Amino acid sequence: MTRETLFNLAVLAGLVALPLYAHLADEPFTITLATRAVILSLAAVGLNMALGIGGLVSLGHAVFFGIGGYAMGILAFHAQNYMPLMETPFLIEGTKSMPLIWLAAVVASALAALVIGLLSLRTSGVYFIMITLAFGQMFYYFAISWSAYGGEDGMSIYVRNGFPGLNTLVPIQFYGLCLAALVLALGFNGALARSRFGLALNAARQVPERVRAVGLDPFRLRLVAFTISGAITGLAGALFADLNRFVSPTMFSWQLSGEFIVFIIIGGTARLFGPVVGACLFVVLEHYIGGWSDYWHIWFGLLLLGIVLFGRGGVIGLIAGKARAHG
Amino acid sequence: MTTTLILEQFLNGLQSGIMLFLMAAGLTLIFGVMGLINLAHGSLYMVGAFCAATAAAATGSFALGLVAALAGAAAAGALIELVVIRRLYDRDHLDQVLATFALILIFSEGTRWVFGSFPLYLDVPEALSGPVTLPGGIQYPLYRLTLILAGLAVAVGLFWLIARTRIGVQIRAGENDREMIAALGVDIDRLYTFIFALGAALAGLAGALVGAIQSVQVGMGEPVLILAFVTIVIGGIGSIKGALVGALLVGLTDTLGSVFLPELFKLFMAPAAATQTGASLSSMAIYILMAVVLIWRPTGLFGARA
Repeated sequence: MTRETLFNLAVLAGLVALPLYAHLADEPFTITLATRAVILSLAAVGLNMALGIGGLVSLGHAVFFGIGGYAMGILAFHAQNYMPLMETPFLIEGTKSMPLIWLAAVVASALAALVIGLLSLRTSGVYFIMITLAFGQMFYYFAISWSAYGGEDGMSIYVRNGFPGLNTLVPIQFYGLCLAALVLALGFNGALARSRFGLALNAARQVPERVRAVGLDPFRLRLVAFTISGAITGLAGALFADLNRFVSPTMFSWQLSGEFIVFIIIGGTARLFGPVVGACLFVVLEHYIGGWSDYWHIWFGLLLLGIVLFGRGGVIGLIAGKARAHG
Repeated sequence: MTTTLILEQFLNGLQSGIMLFLMAAGLTLIFGVMGLINLAHGSLYMVGAFCAATAAAATGSFALGLVAALAGAAAAGALIELVVIRRLYDRDHLDQVLATFALILIFSEGTRWVFGSFPLYLDVPEALSGPVTLPGGIQYPLYRLTLILAGLAVAVGLFWLIARTRIGVQIRAGENDREMIAALGVDIDRLYTFIFALGAALAGLAGALVGAIQSVQVGMGEPVLILAFVTIVIGGIGSIKGALVGALLVGLTDTLGSVFLPELFKLFMAPAAATQTGASLSSMAIYILMAVVLIWRPTGLFGARA
């Protein structure tokens, strides 16, 4: 077992033990904080499938997060107002059931990722960064102008959606759901990285010419990775909306897209648990430095600058040593 | 729908396009020569606006405000080039994105620390306020007209600088082969700092000029930054000519779209629904424009390389 695997297991144990302790000590706020960290981790794990393996620096992943959020918001909004979503050609009702909402969130964000990917993956490098950023802004402005669903003010969902067999209003139960989703996504990510698809995608990042020479199409590999990546980030968006019981255009904001990348880098690029460590550290810092100084973004910015300029490899690189030759 | 309205909106689009050009020119120059993607360019726009508002409030002179904007933004640009940006030229785009994202956080939060969260106001100078009558009897704000002319003058100056001067030769040579011009005795470090400061000064100037018709506040730079990205993606990264054409296209599409799309939809829809659909579509118009250009030419209208 490598040091990285040990460290990952320790992180996972912490994510199980800490909220359980908070539950026993009756500190619901700590559980909410942990839920937030886990959901943001999930969003960044989604991005990491495109960025970590495929080298696709998407600065627009908040699009999928927002679409997931709005999928939840729209379905629950129609359900709470007893208003069908669509009557012709066939009736679609709103719903308060999490599994259905998740399905809608995953499908909608995967479709969006497919379309955005088809357009933006025609380019690479700095063009790709700018184009994904621009599409993010497009969705942001669209959400603002979409007054049927709250426009700029967003919309509130009064009661958290339900999951069969669980009471999602109990913080620890909702946390368990989110953690389960994260663990599943991490398992999927690990399996994907080792699969033939993952190896080909990794090769397409390093030497696209050789991949093309053996008869694979880098564009299609990247498009599939980008679509899967968007779908997982979309699922995180639906959970995030359920955590806050509120969706607004800020879920599409480009700052959020930037933060997702930041999570991955703080944790360690091309590490399975990189996004998890980064997101948890971010939430902890936001809570503690934010409580101590109103201007916590300055300190966070300086920390980030330090990590980018001097501390390559992120937190996991610091603790577990250098990454294997291919991550 | 009168000709006057159409012309007026056309001029508005021209004005916002030409201001966008000032932003996009710096970005595209910095990318073309140094290969750097700079997210903090919007922060330099904000720095220019705040310098102008502070100096104009202290001295009562708009001209001194503009000087302060140019000087302040150029100084901030040179400073971050020397301290941070210089270390990023050899790094991949991911590191550049992150480091300049960190700079945005520091600049925005630092400005909020010093000036507070409330917007500052920068007044249009007395001599340029009020409308002017154009040929054809159209009333148009003199200040906006001045912006168009000033922006065009800067654009001409920039083209002249790059095409006709010694420093312009070095900039163009730097785009092609940095080792070669370093070997020929050009101080490449100084050239890079100069280009970065030049781009920063252009962004600061745009911030100050636009700041007088909008409010000067923290976070004003980022929407413009993203528009500038759309502009240079359309025009082709690294091309100043592309930046000009792209900026005018984006400025006109954005302005004309938000006025005329709702009107267009009213022709065949109920007024409320038309306003709604038109507003939604016009907020997306420039991105649709970008997507169309990308399908047609993935490297932009004037871009040579991917």
